[in-house]
Amino acid sequence: MPAARRRKGADNSKKPIDEEEHKTENPPINNLNLKKERRRRSCIDNCCWVIGFTCSTWWFLLFLYNAMPASFPQYVTEAITGPMPDPPGVKLHKQGGLKAKHPVVFVPGIVTGGLELWEGHPCMDGLFRKRLWGGTFGEVYKRPLCWIEHMSLDNETGLDPPGVRVRPVSGLVAADYFAAGYFVWAVLIANLAHIGYEEKNMYMAAYDWRLSFQNTEVRDQTLSRMKSNIELMVATSGEKVVVIPHSMGVLYFLHFMKWVESPAPMGGGGGSDWCDKHIKAVMNIGGPFLGLPKIVAGLFSAEAKDIAVARAVAPGVLDVDLFGFQTLQHLMRMTRTWDSTMSLIPKGGDTIWGTLDWAPDSDHVCAAKKIKQNVTRTAGETGVGVDDFKCHNYGRIISFGKDVAELHSSKVERVDFKGAAKGNNFANRSCRDVWNEYHEMGVEDIKAVADYKAFTVESVLELLQFVAPRMMKRGGAHYSYGIADNLNDKKYQHYKYWSNPLETRLPNAPEMEIFSMYGVGLPTERSYVYKASPATECYIPFQIDASAEGGNDQGCLRSGVYSVDGDETVPVLSAGFMCAKGWRGKTRFNPSGIKTYVKEYNHAPPATLLEGRGTQSGNHVDIMGNFALIEDIIRVAAGATGNDLGGDQVYSDIFKWSERIKLQL
Amino acid sequence: MVLRFRKLYFTEPTLSKSYESYETPKDEKKQATEKPKAEKKQEKGERNKKRIRWGCVNSCCWFIGCMCTTWWLLLFLYHCLPANLGVLKGPEPPGVRLKNEGLTALHPVVLVPGMVTVGLELWEGRPCSQGFFRKRLWGGSFTGILNRPLCWLEHLSLDKETGLDPPGIRVRPVPGLVAADYFAPGYFVWAVLIENLASIGYEGKNMYMATYDWRLSFQNTEIRDQTLSRLKANIELMYVTNGNKKVVVVPHSMGVTYFLHFLKWVEAPPPMGGGGGPGWCDKYIKSIMNIGPAFLGIPRAVSSMLSAEGKDVALIRSMDPGFLDSEILGLKTMEHMMRVIRTWDSVISLLPKGGDPIWGDLDSAPEEGHVCGFETKGFFQSNSRENNDSRNKDTRPRIEIKHGAKYGRMISFGKEASEQHSSKLHKVAPMELMQAVSNATCGEVWTEYGKINRQNIQKLADNKAYTAETFIDLLRYVAPKTMQRAEAHFSHGIATDLDDPKYGHYKYWSNPLETKLPYAPDMEIYSLYGVGLPTERSYVYKLSPSDKCDSIPFRIDSSAEGGCLRGGVYFTDGDECVPVISAGFMCAKGWRGKTRFNPSGIATYIREYQHSPPSLLEGRGLKSGHHVDIMGNAALIEDVLRVAAGASGEEIGGDKIYSDILRMSDRVNIEL
Repeated sequence: MPAARRRKGADNSKKPIDEEEHKTENPPINNLNLKKERRRRSCIDNCCWVIGFTCSTWWFLLFLYNAMPASFPQYVTEAITGPMPDPPGVKLHKQGGLKAKHPVVFVPGIVTGGLELWEGHPCMDGLFRKRLWGGTFGEVYKRPLCWIEHMSLDNETGLDPPGVRVRPVSGLVAADYFAAGYFVWAVLIANLAHIGYEEKNMYMAAYDWRLSFQNTEVRDQTLSRMKSNIELMVATSGEKVVVIPHSMGVLYFLHFMKWVESPAPMGGGGGSDWCDKHIKAVMNIGGPFLGLPKIVAGLFSAEAKDIAVARAVAPGVLDVDLFGFQTLQHLMRMTRTWDSTMSLIPKGGDTIWGTLDWAPDSDHVCAAKKIKQNVTRTAGETGVGVDDFKCHNYGRIISFGKDVAELHSSKVERVDFKGAAKGNNFANRSCRDVWNEYHEMGVEDIKAVADYKAFTVESVLELLQFVAPRMMKRGGAHYSYGIADNLNDKKYQHYKYWSNPLETRLPNAPEMEIFSMYGVGLPTERSYVYKASPATECYIPFQIDASAEGGNDQGCLRSGVYSVDGDETVPVLSAGFMCAKGWRGKTRFNPSGIKTYVKEYNHAPPATLLEGRGTQSGNHVDIMGNFALIEDIIRVAAGATGNDLGGDQVYSDIFKWSERIKLQL
Repeated sequence: MVLRFRKLYFTEPTLSKSYESYETPKDEKKQATEKPKAEKKQEKGERNKKRIRWGCVNSCCWFIGCMCTTWWLLLFLYHCLPANLGVLKGPEPPGVRLKNEGLTALHPVVLVPGMVTVGLELWEGRPCSQGFFRKRLWGGSFTGILNRPLCWLEHLSLDKETGLDPPGIRVRPVPGLVAADYFAPGYFVWAVLIENLASIGYEGKNMYMATYDWRLSFQNTEIRDQTLSRLKANIELMYVTNGNKKVVVVPHSMGVTYFLHFLKWVEAPPPMGGGGGPGWCDKYIKSIMNIGPAFLGIPRAVSSMLSAEGKDVALIRSMDPGFLDSEILGLKTMEHMMRVIRTWDSVISLLPKGGDPIWGDLDSAPEEGHVCGFETKGFFQSNSRENNDSRNKDTRPRIEIKHGAKYGRMISFGKEASEQHSSKLHKVAPMELMQAVSNATCGEVWTEYGKINRQNIQKLADNKAYTAETFIDLLRYVAPKTMQRAEAHFSHGIATDLDDPKYGHYKYWSNPLETKLPYAPDMEIYSLYGVGLPTERSYVYKLSPSDKCDSIPFRIDSSAEGGCLRGGVYFTDGDECVPVISAGFMCAKGWRGKTRFNPSGIATYIREYQHSPPSLLEGRGLKSGHHVDIMGNAALIEDVLRVAAGASGEEIGGDKIYSDILRMSDRVNIEL
């Protein structure tokens, strides 16, 4: 009691206006009870008070924000960074007096198109016509398993599972923003609108990017719709269309061009001059013409650089089975039902992507840290660090262990995995759900794969066929990855070849132009160092060896991934080769001599935080906000030709690398 | 449940407050007794004051905090609830039921929305509309009006001369199903129908929303946006991709006349038409299911053209006179509204068509004898009993009332004028009106009323009564420019000789009384509409007291009451927007059998839906007959679904009639 009194006395002297002050004279027992009660109450009170205070402040600020004139943020930005350049649409409209001329068709890529629910299981109640993919992704958090179930396709057919209908969102809203605030096409659309474009002369060819290309026609008649809309726009405006595909949309549109000329029922029956009559130019943005190495890792172990890094930072997080999450396994199960991912498997085999000891782009110098990426070209030319060691074996798209990745092929001992008997000695008998096909593989099979040590693009195909036979069988009916010897062969009339530029001819349309526009100057995944996964039960048995590092500053190997020049997703080789060499002039792939242009955009990171995702970005998606690219597109849409734009614009080594590829043209 | 929780929390803070207030005086007392010194007392007083002031802010914050926390908690609980637990299980939606019966999607469906319900978005605007690019100006949450009303009005009006975009502004209709599924958040238009269609297997590829800019005249939608070409291309595409199945078209409200226009357009040769040839409709269209069709126009358009007001506005005015007219804030709401509405050509398409033969002359109208049961039985229950077999109408007892409403007088000045016999009415020769000289002195001429001087307005009012035909003359006088512009696009008469080559012009295409239906003997035309709601039919006007030059000189005399007259408006049977005569006449008589308007004898069906007000939990009702709410009517949805799945008009039961439409149609004497 005296202690309590003393304490109170001390309090008293410190804070004279404190409430406790008055109670010092009260009988102590009373005082204590009261105090306790007060304390308890005041704790809750304080909480409430803090919340109330925060809320009121928040509302007040919100009110101020809403009351603020709309031009205020811009004013502040300009005050800090100096006057912003006019967006290209405004600039060209003011200076050049450019006006909308050719109708424009957008073909979005994989992932960026929204998908909405039309029919679902009871767990998706109330989400009719709400976006499952794109938008806020709110459902992923609320009901992840249900969501995965609805996003997956049927394992056998590659079409809808019974009772589920998920369909692409249509119209410009399908892919203007991927998530709230994350633009994809919105900037381009806004700029086109400045010179007079609107809904009637802009068409977003949204398609279900999970399906194989021909299946979009079989299920949704998407290709027919695109054909009809292009014809309508040409008829009403009297001008040919400019097509702007992005990412996988590039391959989709290649497929479309073959489809539309082919006779019904497999094709659209447009006749051989359809493209010539309806298309002015195809402006491919970040086009993975020859596939993506990234997709190999995606299909093989459902991971990419980002996941490998996450795993390196916090090992175990992704693999913890504690809550029954098994995130990666679920993801893999889902993505493996999407046929479209297989359209992105590297095409052209070793001829394009390199053999065990050779690759066209092997003299690339990575200097991620010290020198900015865009200087790499000059560094490479002056011969800095071009010794044996620096010549990466990019051709080995998957190697097991870092040492294997660097050894010369003659020193690598390889054991053929194909001989391993499949199906006996299951590794994962204890697994309840057989999710992905790895669970049907035996321990020995897995070991056999790892013993093969190094895989080139061609052997990776065999590897995938070995580890995921059903998926590859389904995919093999829709896609092909080779190089045609004789394009006159009747078999090339089948639709599975239509999206592979090395197995089809371009249409007969001498006045058409093909642009390949992509960003450069960003490290892009090219090949991987793998290891066998330590946990053996119910797990994906392989994972990227995130501990493999290049050592010195110029190593291209970071966290188990060799990188090369590109736009962070598509390597230069895949985006540029066709336009730089494969289709340049009259070749067997381009019999009518369609003009091709390579336009590269050097990546420059946004100058300040206020610029958002930058107006000079070279990133695969952010490039859609690149002012230089938008300006090129607007000029072409307003009637300019490739030569008016200044022809090729190259920063990377694409021409040098293309020269090294020995392909019969 | 939410309400109850909130109530709890409303009581809680007050409890604790009383606790506090109970405590403080006790403290004071103690202090007062134990420290008798005067100075100390004063000091204490100050401290107490501080504490009380502090306490006020504190408890405010505390209270808000409590509310927020509770709100979040409830929100959290709500989200945690399994989706199907909290909601009372309503009756099974018709789509699910029919799916269980085995219906599946067969014919592609084209939805043609009506006026007002389609969203409009901004593509190019003035600086004041910054940040609204591709945001909805019309539809959605209408945030634009609240933030910058004048800017908003400016962007929604069209050019006075051309009826197209004003320079520098491009406002375009939203495309796709999202354009008109919900008008505002939570206020469905097509959403319920779409959902039910989806449950029998429809999706984006066999359902098409033919959105158009509903402010433009119909032909201008083609000229500016190529909307009709787009509609044609999409119908052809769906026909081909769905295994050569003809489409079922479902137009609503003004969409009905828009689609009539399309039917003529698509057959007409280019450049005026779509060049589809005479067999196009027969090849591609299975049936047209008109919902709430305004075939012959709506009287409501009359009042909005004349004074930009309807029943609702008149009501507000009678409750709070001066509210809408106050110029303190420089609002002049009505004048602004009128200025905008008069630039919309499409409103003119809704003016009553067919003139006196359809809408009645000064002394008679087809609806004569209609009994309004406002007080006794809810709305029109007395009048609309089931009479599926309409032939024994004669046996039905009819109540004769002495002063039957003279519906034919679309506009009358003063209640008396609306009831007198025509011989007693004072009349002014129309020619006299036309000679009146306009000497406008107003600086800013917003509405064309500014150009008419007061005497002439008085003369207009002296004419006392206007019928549907003379009303058009009146409009030509008070709004010459609007009418001149609009009459190049619409016509409101009855054709005497349909073979006259002048009827090849597009201005006649949306008037069912001046066009022939296409040659398509296999096609079916349905008229689906609600009945049993009071619907505006004619108006009692008065001169506006205000003499200011910009104000609208006429307004509805909301003090006029009696019988079918409420708040200056005569009501008749209908769906609250379209009177029965307009919705039903063409299908009941004008097109029934082989007539001169329907040379190929296209089968027509009338399906009426009796309105019954929803219970509280039902939202807008499964049995509503209201013009827009009928889109959620389960019976109507079932009919549409059955036809879309392949049924014919006979299979869904032929005519279903509750109103007097057949009798009314009999009274209309036009040559068929």
